[in-house]
Amino acid sequence: MLILKLNSNIMRKSILAVIAIATIQFVTAQTPEERGLQIAKAAEEADLGFKSSSVELKMILKNKNGQTSERTMTTRTLELTEDGDKSLIAFNSPKDVKGTATLTFTHKVGSDDQWLYLPSIKRVKRISSNNKSGPFVGSEFAYEDLSSQEVEKYTYKFLEEKGNLLIVEQDPVDPKSGYTRRVVTYNQDKGYRIEKVEFYDRKNALLKTLTYSDYKLYKDKFWRAGTFNMVNHQSNKETLLKFSDYNFGIDLSDEDFSQVALQRAGN
Amino acid sequence: MNHKGIIAFILLMFTGHSWAQEDTSQKVSQDLELEVEAEYRYFLDDAAYSDQQRNYPSIAFRPAYSLEWNKGYERINFQGFFRLDRDNERTHGDIRELYYQKAKNNWELSLGLKKVYWGVIESNHLVDIINQTDAVETFDGEEKLGQPMVQFSYITNSIGTFELYYLPYHRKRTFPGREGRLRFGTVIDKDDLSYESGAEQWRQDLAVRWKHYFGIFDLAFSHFYGNGREPLFVFDQTGNINAFYPVINQTGLELQVTHDAFLWKLESIYRSAEAQDFLAFAAGVEYTFSNIDGNGLDIGVLGEYLYDERDELALTALQNDLFIASRIAFNDIQDTSILFGGIKDLESNSTIFSLEASRRFGSSWTAEIEARIFNDIAPSELILSNFRDDSFLRIAISKYF
Repeated sequence: MLILKLNSNIMRKSILAVIAIATIQFVTAQTPEERGLQIAKAAEEADLGFKSSSVELKMILKNKNGQTSERTMTTRTLELTEDGDKSLIAFNSPKDVKGTATLTFTHKVGSDDQWLYLPSIKRVKRISSNNKSGPFVGSEFAYEDLSSQEVEKYTYKFLEEKGNLLIVEQDPVDPKSGYTRRVVTYNQDKGYRIEKVEFYDRKNALLKTLTYSDYKLYKDKFWRAGTFNMVNHQSNKETLLKFSDYNFGIDLSDEDFSQVALQRAGN
Repeated sequence: MNHKGIIAFILLMFTGHSWAQEDTSQKVSQDLELEVEAEYRYFLDDAAYSDQQRNYPSIAFRPAYSLEWNKGYERINFQGFFRLDRDNERTHGDIRELYYQKAKNNWELSLGLKKVYWGVIESNHLVDIINQTDAVETFDGEEKLGQPMVQFSYITNSIGTFELYYLPYHRKRTFPGREGRLRFGTVIDKDDLSYESGAEQWRQDLAVRWKHYFGIFDLAFSHFYGNGREPLFVFDQTGNINAFYPVINQTGLELQVTHDAFLWKLESIYRSAEAQDFLAFAAGVEYTFSNIDGNGLDIGVLGEYLYDERDELALTALQNDLFIASRIAFNDIQDTSILFGGIKDLESNSTIFSLEASRRFGSSWTAEIEARIFNDIAPSELILSNFRDDSFLRIAISKYF
């Protein structure tokens, strides 16, 4: 009995020791790449289940002399889990481009599918999604900055932890990207929402900083920023995105992201 | 302008439609807009025919109104048009659109006057047949007259979208008047053109289209049966012209392959009528070098080959031609863009050079410059030879309210 008891104590201790060692080894064995990926996945996980949303967007473009011009648009998004999200963007102003709309099917792997609707002649045109690095309607946002952020589109490297902030480097998988890397700051206490992104150009020089603010929590789960501010450090130009009227109860389906719906959005 | 029939048709469509909607969203939104355009066309050469001018100042109005309810799934859209010009025939008005639309789940229904575009090719629009061309408005044929229709679209995710069109009324093409440029030696009065069909403009026409996409392929097939949109010119032995709208069957194919920055395009029609059967196609490629200066500059190059079995009788004069062009987009705040190029006949030296440029000023002004240069047009070009002295420059400034 005594031997047995002793044995069981030793057993218990050694089991604990094994667990402790395993835990230490697990932590130390997790490379910065693994931790980076884990954070990106956690952020994706935290945002799962929004199903569909619509939002009004005002874009304020500022040139280096401080002159501004505005564009407004309505964006609708359909969440898909097996593949990337679908989105429909329709311009409301300036008036000469009112009704111009794009429909995008994001893919986790490979090029996105994209259609453009030109309201003056009622034409739907399939366009190349090859142009990732080009500016979206003259703004400081590149097309790739505004496309659905799928985990598969980057490789990751955890850089540091500052309180509740986790800083991760993301390297785009697509060679057509305009960036060598992005440095993304996640807030792990607030559903891994993104607070800041720094973009480094192809020469690895700091190109732009995007700051998210005016965050609101929707449906007790989804953090959405009311303001995106993109500052280009090389051109000194700036673009502000103001989001309003977030609607998560809109209950959109695949049919709302068809080419027929694209034409409807533009009329 | 025979709008009586169209208005009667719209009234017919709306009677019987209950306005007592079950208001699910309670939100009704409306939008009223107006574009006023001042245009100046200057023709570089002396006129070929009497009464034609060299300077054509003009003004156009484009009002638009939309009413939306039921979360945008139901709406009424209106788009009007009116132009005042030195050419009496180019002074014209039209209801481009006035329709009621309802969308539900995987179908959409539109009733009224509407514009519909089919096609993938840039330099010619073969497949596009639903609307009559507003031939006095622009040279490129992209302006259309409102077409009365019932349009029903049925959307499936797996086998594409099916579109059905019931087109109860045909609208005749308007040609430039005596004072107008870009006309034939003989002034064609649209009312002189007759119909092959005994029902004339009230012939009840039908069209169907199926459209789908598979990865990088976008494919569409269409068929139209009814009064042709293009009049047919038949020359008898004494040189008299007999012009009429034939009853046609037209089958159309549209294909685009979008691979990297390449867009490969094919558009083809087979049209058959009592008086004429023919095949026409256009095949081309568009490639865009994007963001080449790191500042958003895109330069696209386009090449298209155009074939029409009608040969010199093709109204478009594009029977065996090559189109080469470049599209430059600055992607700046003002949306500055330039398209320039040329279409060359492969059997003669006939070439049309063209330039289109546009830019926004402030938030509600736009300016447009257009040039069409007819160069070395062969006298054997039955259609185009009439326009050999009609090279022009056009400047248009629009204000949006």
